[in-house]
Amino acid sequence: MLYREALNKALDEVMQADDTVVTLGEDVGLYGGSFRVTEGLVEKYGEKRVIDTPIAELSIVGNAVGMAIGGLRPVAEIMTGNFSLLAFDQIINHMAKLHYMSNGKIILPIVVRFPQGVSRQLAAQHSESYEQMLCAVPGLRVLSVNDVNYAYHALKYAILSDDPVVFIEHELLYNKKGEVDFTQKLNPFQARIAKEGRDITIVSYLKMVDDVMLAVPEIEKELGCSCEVIDLCSLNPVDYETLKKSIEKTSRFVMVEEDHKTGGYGGQIVSWAAEEMFYALDAPPLRLAGKDVPVPYNRTLELLSIPTPESIARDIVAWGKKNDV
Amino acid sequence: MNKLLAEEMYYLMVLGRAFEYAAKENYMQGNISGFLHLDIGQEALSVGAVKAFEKGDIFSGYREHIMAMSRGLEPKAVMAELFGKVTGVSGGKGGSMHLFEPAHFFYGGDAIVGGQLPNAVGCAYARAFLEQDEGVMAIFGDGATNGGAFFESLNIAATHKLPLLFLCENNEYAIGTNIQRTAPFREQAKKAEPYMMTYTVDGMDVEAVYEVVSEAKKQIESGHGPVFVEAFTCRYEGHSVSDANSYRSAQEMAHCKARDPIQRFKKALHEKWLCTNEEIQNIEKKAYEEVEDAVKYAEESPEPEADALFEHVFYEERENVVS
Repeated sequence: MLYREALNKALDEVMQADDTVVTLGEDVGLYGGSFRVTEGLVEKYGEKRVIDTPIAELSIVGNAVGMAIGGLRPVAEIMTGNFSLLAFDQIINHMAKLHYMSNGKIILPIVVRFPQGVSRQLAAQHSESYEQMLCAVPGLRVLSVNDVNYAYHALKYAILSDDPVVFIEHELLYNKKGEVDFTQKLNPFQARIAKEGRDITIVSYLKMVDDVMLAVPEIEKELGCSCEVIDLCSLNPVDYETLKKSIEKTSRFVMVEEDHKTGGYGGQIVSWAAEEMFYALDAPPLRLAGKDVPVPYNRTLELLSIPTPESIARDIVAWGKKNDV
Repeated sequence: MNKLLAEEMYYLMVLGRAFEYAAKENYMQGNISGFLHLDIGQEALSVGAVKAFEKGDIFSGYREHIMAMSRGLEPKAVMAELFGKVTGVSGGKGGSMHLFEPAHFFYGGDAIVGGQLPNAVGCAYARAFLEQDEGVMAIFGDGATNGGAFFESLNIAATHKLPLLFLCENNEYAIGTNIQRTAPFREQAKKAEPYMMTYTVDGMDVEAVYEVVSEAKKQIESGHGPVFVEAFTCRYEGHSVSDANSYRSAQEMAHCKARDPIQRFKKALHEKWLCTNEEIQNIEKKAYEEVEDAVKYAEESPEPEADALFEHVFYEERENVVS
């Protein structure tokens, strides 16, 4: 099953089971969804439940908030991360805060999903990542999964949850293949150990987990060590327990992310490690992230602006040699 | 409108004004803090519209104390919220600008100008979807009609023929800037004309507001789509208590107060419903006592416990989240 098919399956199953689940967004209905995540749903559930919206992101999320107040369970799709900025007032000032400001009286079962990140030469207004801003907002749960099985389970959880969830996807993951275990009980807030190892803990999420996995054979060969790779899955809250156990075992820690390094999400994880894991570490943490530039169109420059399997291997090997790994 | 309803609305208007003056006084004394937006002068609009929209959901902005009380929220719980007390409508976590009571279908309380409009649209969608009879009313100021959320909301509500009543309270000032300096005309209903039926009404006349909103409510419930009502009104105070109101002349304020909604309605009570002086004084006395009780209740109520800080960030406990 493809990643996008797993998301489609999750949405389909929940819509089948609960008539109050609706999905809304640009081109989600008759067109079948920009990335075909909502393909076939309008035929099954009709235009009242699979709602084609105008290009008005503020309203897509703002209407979802009102729908939730009125008794529906909306799943809002925004075409790409950069467009979500137009909805940030509703995401931050309304979706994240109404439950708290009303002292728990307003309950908002909402999912906002969008893909983000560097795909292929889409340039600066279609390539950025915004998890760092969303994770800084109390009241939002932020899921961002790499694995196809997790994609199915985490989206299903998110729609069934009575709290607002931002579900961040990546354009380059939609056609990823994987198996889904439909019978599994899976906690989407638990980090996934993508590969076990003894000497270095490499933490990542979303598409970068795949790039890390591609870099691992080279790193292990060059440094003669074994890497443990952790896929965070949930960016807020973070499963620090799993990270702690891994770092206690390996005593070395690398964070890999695609967003810009300054103010980027991984700073939170490294900051946690500095405060909580200082004495467990045998080397300074390494943080690999996107460069502090708007993402350029040119393919060569674009690839230079983010970590790639080659640059991840090169940078971790250099860090490993310097620090006697 | 029968005598009983007229008396109730007069009571709410007097209560509202007395409440607002008491809030102002307590703000000056330091019992209330933050931003406090008073509704004095606009009582006819707040009371008339909410009473006419008796059932259904109401989404409003931050100048909402009188609307909330007209919707049935207890004055003492509203005052306690202004005081930041645990007994307040929002447990002391919302304050003056964030009064929410889903049990009364009242949703604040939005302090982002125009931010409540997309929420009202979504709620109207849900009500129509679930085939629930009552519609939704969104209340906002003239300032909100210049923002993108407003135009998006007109468009979507009209496209889906939603049961949504847009109520614009045009007091002509967005904080200190007159609407005619930021929009090409004084009547903001013109912006809605291509999308839906519009009405304008004298917002200082509670009977007129009640009639027009009642008529508009019937229309949205008939399934023909949204309706826009613009009520021209006048706030007597500054935008908030911290605004000295220096941008309006004495003449302008005198013109406003000559149309005073409470005096005007009091006259109607005498003439149309033949209320005696004694009857009217009894209503006023009851309203003043209610406000006194509300202040006393707010003063005596406890502060929230420190544990409240972390309550209600989420509805579900972290431990329970397993799919």
